[in-house]
Amino acid sequence: MSQRQVLQVFEQYQKARTQFVQMVAELATRPQNIETLQNAGVMSLLRPLLLDVVPTIQQTAALALGRLANYNDELAEAVVKGDILPQLVYSLAEQNRFYKKAAAFVLRAVGKHSPQLAQAIIDCGALDTLVICLEDFDPGVKEAAAWALGYIARHNAELSQAVVDAGAVPLLVLCIQEPEIALRRIAASALSDISKHSPELAQTVVDAGATAHLAQMILNPDAKLKRQILSALSQIAKHSIDLAEMVVEAEIFPVVLTCLKDKDEYVKKNASTLIREIAKHTPELSQLIVNAGGVAAVIDCIGSCKGNIRLPGIMMLGYVAAHSANLAMVVIISKGVPQLSVCLSEEPEDHIKAAGAWALGQIGKHTPEHARAVAVTNTLPVLLSLYMSTESSEDLQVKSKKAIKSILQKCTYLPALEPFLYDAPPNILKHVIGQFSKVLPHDSKARRLFVTSGGLKKLQEIKAEPGSLLQEYINIINNCYPEEIVRYYSPGYSETLLQRVDSYQPLTN
Amino acid sequence: MGKNGTRRAEAMATLARLQARSTILEHQYYFRNSVVDVFRKKENDAAVKIQSWFRGCQVRAYIRYLHRVAIIIQKWWRSYLGRQHYQLIVKLAYYTMKMNLYNAMAVRIQKRWRGYKVRKYCFNYYYLKEYLRAVSEANDAIREALDEFADMQEREEKKATLEREEKKRDYQARKMHYLLSTKQIPGIYNSPFRKDPDPWELRLQKAKPLTRQRPRVTQEHSVSLSDWLACRSARSFPQSEVLPPIDRKQCQGPFRDITEVLEQRYRPLEPTLRVAEPINELKEAREEFRRQEWMRNVNDKMFLPFSSYHKNKKYIPSMHSSSKYGPDSYGCQHFRDENPKKWICDKDFQTVLPSFDLFSKYGKSYSKAGQIV
Repeated sequence: MSQRQVLQVFEQYQKARTQFVQMVAELATRPQNIETLQNAGVMSLLRPLLLDVVPTIQQTAALALGRLANYNDELAEAVVKGDILPQLVYSLAEQNRFYKKAAAFVLRAVGKHSPQLAQAIIDCGALDTLVICLEDFDPGVKEAAAWALGYIARHNAELSQAVVDAGAVPLLVLCIQEPEIALRRIAASALSDISKHSPELAQTVVDAGATAHLAQMILNPDAKLKRQILSALSQIAKHSIDLAEMVVEAEIFPVVLTCLKDKDEYVKKNASTLIREIAKHTPELSQLIVNAGGVAAVIDCIGSCKGNIRLPGIMMLGYVAAHSANLAMVVIISKGVPQLSVCLSEEPEDHIKAAGAWALGQIGKHTPEHARAVAVTNTLPVLLSLYMSTESSEDLQVKSKKAIKSILQKCTYLPALEPFLYDAPPNILKHVIGQFSKVLPHDSKARRLFVTSGGLKKLQEIKAEPGSLLQEYINIINNCYPEEIVRYYSPGYSETLLQRVDSYQPLTN
Repeated sequence: MGKNGTRRAEAMATLARLQARSTILEHQYYFRNSVVDVFRKKENDAAVKIQSWFRGCQVRAYIRYLHRVAIIIQKWWRSYLGRQHYQLIVKLAYYTMKMNLYNAMAVRIQKRWRGYKVRKYCFNYYYLKEYLRAVSEANDAIREALDEFADMQEREEKKATLEREEKKRDYQARKMHYLLSTKQIPGIYNSPFRKDPDPWELRLQKAKPLTRQRPRVTQEHSVSLSDWLACRSARSFPQSEVLPPIDRKQCQGPFRDITEVLEQRYRPLEPTLRVAEPINELKEAREEFRRQEWMRNVNDKMFLPFSSYHKNKKYIPSMHSSSKYGPDSYGCQHFRDENPKKWICDKDFQTVLPSFDLFSKYGKSYSKAGQIV
């Protein structure tokens, strides 16, 4: 045997391994192959290949594993149970950048499925090596590591805390300052995932100085980066007043309003979410947004998009209006009410309608002037129909009922109330008639109008239990009119008149 | 006494006379009384009447008097009372007037104060109005600004797409440059039957013909990193060059063993001493030395004598020396007499050592016979 023949055996073996790994990696991209691969015992075959002498084979094996684990949580669990993770973590620290990337990809694919799997990754001690990878020179490695960390942190507060304790946050903040857009994107999303769980975690992110860097990038032309940036800022701002103020102090206004005009729908959504999260805390923060012209921008944004993108904007208007009468007035003069009523009538989904109804209720609940502004846009019948409709969800019914009630209790604009006399259920009718009983004793024109429009007639037809609140209101209204008119309009009056004709004896001489 | 006597006489006389007359008087008295008796009742009635009238008048006058007096008294009393009452009324009126004034003033003060307080602490309608106006103005401004921003973005995007299309068209023109019309053959875009050539013709005229592309050397890691991380393509995994080629077959023919050839092919560079070392080593070493010296130098300027005394002193040359004072170039710059006119070039000759190829390549290269020499 010559040396050449001996070598040939090795070459063939190496070639076969390479081919096998590459084929498996390629097959793993198609979902329909996965089950077959699993049944063929691909896991146990791939595991030794992770420790192969040839780096390419190692990398491709890791890639194949990652793709398999990415597919579903069962396979991810199989990866964990196969004790593959410690090998990966061990070699993550040692190998070249391509291998690091592949290993981080496997960790990411495993960790994304469930908190338990993410915990398993942490138990292997992967966090420290991933954090070290964040300091790598290669942006690709950094990106993969940041991605894996973000996927681990997104499950719950404990996992996030573990990521934070590993010291990832300052490095992620450094990563968002890198020139590569993809890395920035992933780092911002990881920061968003970390800060979304609790105020303490968000505070750590803020303490690392993330807000200033994030706020600087709002004007970046890349839409996907903007999405992540805005989402991270809103996740930070949502927890407490202090954090919201920190975000505001990074001078995001009025720059963030330009994002409301963006072409990308999700940028719009995240920008409105950010504004909502800031506005919901205090009247002062809402005031700040109002002064920056945020309400007008949000209203325009609501008008320019559809569906779920609108939802945060609608809620933001509700939050602003809920704080005080003046802020609600600002929403009204910014032409928010017509926009909301348009949303209420044209949106197909119940939860958006519910948000719209809630926001309208918050706007109209303050003073008669507010209620009038809401009633003038002819929103009340729409709310009533939503409340009465059997197709509406329970939440929508409750919200629209609350909105109707709170608006009606302040409304003195009688033309809007009149239709309610005819088609409202008794529990709402009570409030309507209550409003009439408050207005009519003091307004002669309205009294006259009430008679001519047939309201009084309708009122007499209402059957109220004696002694109830409704009966009391009816009595108050009846007392505003001469008795003949009341009797004239009460049902059965014509019969009594006819009876009198019957019983009348004409005088004969 | 005479006088008394007379008087007495007179009284006596008178008495006598009266006594004489008393009878007559008696008669007369009786007579007269009897005459009077007839009228006595009438007269008495008349007298009574007169008296009653008179007395009536008298009493009436008295009463009238009393009345008058009473009226006067009453008048004064009443006027007194009236004045007193009037005083009271005036006082009261003055008081009420004063109070009204005070109240009015208090109302004014309260009005101002309450207005101020409410406006300051509770609710200021005009401020609200002003604020709402300002907010709507700000809203208009921000709407305008945002519209402008969106317009700008759109314009930029449009410009970018136009540029991209333009580039594409240019590339197309370069590719189709062979369709350009010539003097002899009108190209397809320059039909002789049309008045104006097609715009493409002009574009083709401007374009530079595309040269044939050389097959580009495939880069090691041409696939972007994010691409394979996202696992979009199965082929995106980077290939390492460390692996030696496996499927190289032995070529047919009288060739050397492939490992030997490969060894020769991938043998690292082994330059000879002469190639490895620079030719102007000495110069460089000097330069290096100078640089080192300069680096270690504390002061760039040479130390000069602090006194300038010697500068003012004129040099007195020796009487025996005929030459001018000054440094002579002989011995430092040249050693022999020189005649620059006879030089063929300005530079000195560089000394270059001849090479000994034979020795440096010995045992490492092939001869013509294919054997290692």
